[in-house]
Amino acid sequence: MLLIHCPYCDETLPELEFAYAGEAHIERPKDPSALSDEEWRDFLFIRTNPKGTHYERWRHVHGCARYFNAARDTVSDKFLTTYRAGEARPDLDRKEAAE
Amino acid sequence: MTNQKHDFPWVTIEDLAPDARFSLRVGEAGRDRAGLTLGLSLPTGVSNVVRHGERAVVCLGPDEWLVTAPEGERDAIVEAFATIYDQTPHSLVEISDRELTYRITGPAAFTLMTIGCPRDLSRLTPGRAVRTVFDGATVILWRDAEDAFRLDVWRSFAPHVRDLLDTGRAELAAGL
Repeated sequence: MLLIHCPYCDETLPELEFAYAGEAHIERPKDPSALSDEEWRDFLFIRTNPKGTHYERWRHVHGCARYFNAARDTVSDKFLTTYRAGEARPDLDRKEAAE
Repeated sequence: MTNQKHDFPWVTIEDLAPDARFSLRVGEAGRDRAGLTLGLSLPTGVSNVVRHGERAVVCLGPDEWLVTAPEGERDAIVEAFATIYDQTPHSLVEISDRELTYRITGPAAFTLMTIGCPRDLSRLTPGRAVRTVFDGATVILWRDAEDAFRLDVWRSFAPHVRDLLDTGRAELAAGL
């Protein structure tokens, strides 16, 4: 079972308490009615689907109930880091160098 | 030689009498005032519990608390919070009837909890409480002592959780 660190509870807890909630850092359009059909489609459906580091949202649904963001490697399934919602993408290269 | 394990009080499961329960949500600015209204200071940090008389407050999330009190204090709490609403916006929702509480005690209580709860329960030290999952159902798990737990289970999930606990208890008693 995956262990996930919740940045709000500050504890590393089993995956069963969490729910996946899609890709992170997708900004809602400021003026939705000005969007073309293609732009609207891209906002709703088109995701990066990378092989490697993926920034995604998770929710600690059976716990503090908060949404937070995580960086996960989609190949190894390993969580690289988790951080609070609203924070900028962490600089993973610098984090690795520091470790 | 037979093993008379059936008579041994491995673990006891009891239904507890109803309490008054409230879900309290308040921002950082109103935290002190809300605590004062309850006659205590609201715990910070998920899983911490503060008790005052028969009232207990557990921090479930960064801005969410569960308040439990004897049924007789229900109206007093509602009225006290109504008077501070103007200056301290908050949400106080009565959820007394939403959950049933089971108390699980005995030397095998810890083992019985591990059949449904994926957490490392040895890290949940006595005196704390968390919202977690018990075989798919969201529960609030209180650890009152090394071998005493309380489970607040949503009413609709209660039969399932109770059945599972009874099965687990029977298996432990049979030495499985």
